[in-house]
Amino acid sequence: MSCFASMNMANETQFHVLAVDDSLIDRKLIERLLKTSSYQVTTVDSGSKALEFLGLVEEDQRNPSPPSVCSNHHQVVEVNLIITDYCMPGMTGYDLLKKIKESSSLKNIPVVIMSSENVPSRINRCLEEGAEEFFLKPVRLSDVSKLKPHLLKGKTSDKPQEQEQLQHQPQPQPQPQPTPQQQLLPQAQQQSQQQGNNKRKAMEEALSPERTRQRYNGMTTVI
Amino acid sequence: MLGFGADRLRADMNRLLALLFHQGVLDEQFLQLQQLQDETSPNFVSEVVTIYFRESEKLLTNLRELLSDRDFSDYKKMGIHLNHFMGSSSSIGAKRVKNVCVAFRAASEQNNRLGCFRALELLEHEYCYLKNKLHEFLQMEQQRIMGAGARYPIQN
Repeated sequence: MSCFASMNMANETQFHVLAVDDSLIDRKLIERLLKTSSYQVTTVDSGSKALEFLGLVEEDQRNPSPPSVCSNHHQVVEVNLIITDYCMPGMTGYDLLKKIKESSSLKNIPVVIMSSENVPSRINRCLEEGAEEFFLKPVRLSDVSKLKPHLLKGKTSDKPQEQEQLQHQPQPQPQPQPTPQQQLLPQAQQQSQQQGNNKRKAMEEALSPERTRQRYNGMTTVI
Repeated sequence: MLGFGADRLRADMNRLLALLFHQGVLDEQFLQLQQLQDETSPNFVSEVVTIYFRESEKLLTNLRELLSDRDFSDYKKMGIHLNHFMGSSSSIGAKRVKNVCVAFRAASEQNNRLGCFRALELLEHEYCYLKNKLHEFLQMEQQRIMGAGARYPIQN
């Protein structure tokens, strides 16, 4: 047991998440949610600031060449996951997602989209463009617990023992490596039970009548 | 003596929250805010609610100014303010305020000026009630944190 615990500690890396949202309250919330889940967090209030932070500078303001990595004076900090709001003035979360996936240096960073609106076509578009997850706001701890598999996937390519770490929960049976479309691993599901509220991710969930009912419950205000 | 005061304070806070839940003023998202508060972030709820007050008041002022303009026609701008208000209200669990925003937005999308006026009045009313109750809650929270539970606070 202690041997395994020390193995956990040795492989425990603090993941760095970049959160993008134009709302101050939502930035505070997501920061707290992520920090509570032991992630290192940087928050920015726009897509352009996010790209700047990631070291991607648009050249096409001056000349029409594709965006390139800006190797300037400051060191680019490693980012393991980007979580962004969809509705932002200027560059939307979708625009940001596209730019990241078009960049050779950044395209492997998992991107998660958040939105306060449950619009299936929007969710679909984002997932097709390469977003790993689509969270409906307000984002909860149970949502944040779904991030781990995506983060570990980025690291497990050269560290096989991390997969065992994933599976060491009170579940004896081995689990296959998750793909973005697959359901969660048991540990994440156990964590999400604290809400008993299974919204998010796939289009099926967003379109489910139960979900919709929950969303519109109590909206009986009449002017 | 201190212990008794703190317990009473906590009971009062819970009673207040139960009332607000029952009235639909707050929803479970507010509980989520509380869950995120701990030793490393002991004033989280208070910080977030304070930001919410500040932003909401600005938004309400903007909405009132827009509608007060006799030549008003910028429903799109109104929609932007409302989306912001909706989002922040939803994020802190302010259910009734959020629902009024939804109705307000519907009136705005129909270019229904009268409907917008009525929605704004209702919104101001709901926000005012929420603010008073949350302020009450935060005061009690503050006292609880400071351990000043020996004396029941006198409200003036």
